[in-house]
Amino acid sequence: MTDIEPDDTVDARGAACPGPLMDLIGAIRSAESGEVVRLLSDSDGSLTDVPEWAEEAGNELLAVEELDDHNAFYVEKA
Amino acid sequence: MTERIVIVGGGTGGSVLANDLADRLGPELDAGDVEVTLINDGPDHVYKPVWLYVPFGKREPADGRRALDELVDDAVDLRIDRVSEIDTDSQTLRFDGTAPSMEYDRLVLATGSTLEPEQIPGLVEGGHDYYSESGATDLREELLAFTEGEIVLSVIGTPHMCPAAPLEFVFMIDDWFRERGLREDVEVTYTYPIQRVHGNPHIAEWARPIMEERDIAVETFFNAESVDPDAETITSMEGTELDYDLLVSIPPHGGVDLIEEAGLGDDGWVDVDKHTLEAEAADNVYALGDTADTGVPNAGSVAHYQAGVVGQRLASEIRGRPATATYDGKTLCFIETGMDSASFVEFDYENPPSPAPPSEKLHWSKLAYNEAYWLTARGLL
Repeated sequence: MTDIEPDDTVDARGAACPGPLMDLIGAIRSAESGEVVRLLSDSDGSLTDVPEWAEEAGNELLAVEELDDHNAFYVEKA
Repeated sequence: MTERIVIVGGGTGGSVLANDLADRLGPELDAGDVEVTLINDGPDHVYKPVWLYVPFGKREPADGRRALDELVDDAVDLRIDRVSEIDTDSQTLRFDGTAPSMEYDRLVLATGSTLEPEQIPGLVEGGHDYYSESGATDLREELLAFTEGEIVLSVIGTPHMCPAAPLEFVFMIDDWFRERGLREDVEVTYTYPIQRVHGNPHIAEWARPIMEERDIAVETFFNAESVDPDAETITSMEGTELDYDLLVSIPPHGGVDLIEEAGLGDDGWVDVDKHTLEAEAADNVYALGDTADTGVPNAGSVAHYQAGVVGQRLASEIRGRPATATYDGKTLCFIETGMDSASFVEFDYENPPSPAPPSEKLHWSKLAYNEAYWLTARGLL
């Protein structure tokens, strides 16, 4: 378990790729610099495309939490 | 007691469903046991796929418009009004102005997508589109005057209507300038928000080599943040800046506000069971087409197939039988690969697409279907 407190949570469970990444991008778009968005996704594709996009966009992927049936990604907006 | 079925939205999904119910529930409608009302905010049905051809001078916006009262069965009550509020507790719709409210027993939301270019600073002033009648005709004037320079096609909003249309546009524009002997003087760049050129990995894998062959530059992980209409640049959240002489965008999309206000889902999309298309947050409410948040493409074929499912389910419910019809994700799409060739895909929740080799025959099949569409809208095809 992480103790990171997100400013916003996007629940994209049930959505197929690239839905979760697009939901994350939408939340980061409206976030302020330094804020943390938590993405909940049960799509395996998120394990690769979220880190790839975070690096490309210069945002920091602070943690990936593996939960029972989904993952939680914590991304801080640069 | 009369069962009141109300459909909001007279696009592909709403019109096909209204005609489907008129046919399926004919005896009940004749007997007055059921009423079907179709509400639309204007008198016309609009077939949006026509707009792709307008910038190239191949079609006119009027080719995509027909009066709803000519398309919809006379057994359906057609009401031209704008719904301002959905109250799912009292099962009541309220309207703009002084129009009286309306109660429903079963509601189907088919309100579709709207464009929200104002989400991106500078896009309204600097960008063009072919996702609206006025956008398509304005773009036609720009293209006819364009003989050299950089064209950027930027996919900004996802989900957006017709996911294949951005690929089609760059394939067509490449061919259009090539045939006119101008392609060497025109650079074409395609941008997409994720790491590939299309949301569906199978279609992306198919399209990318064609783009390379055709000298269409690609920028992936490009999420437009702002447009500077004076400097003619578009900048992404990822920090990439592109110069353009002509910017064509797929603007951000949203659903209608009243869906979120009714607590049925975010951004105007209704949270539904992706098989039954029943709303998750309210009883006796269905959604279909773009309005239903199923994760499948926002395409006319989807709305068409979903209308058949909802029609069967409503008829079963009215007759007191278990509703067994379900939507399997079926999507069908022609993809133009030039001015006289096209591919074709068909897929569902379980089976991915496998694009057919492009051919002139498929191109003519697409054009033929665009004419035959008016039979679909009438519920005949």
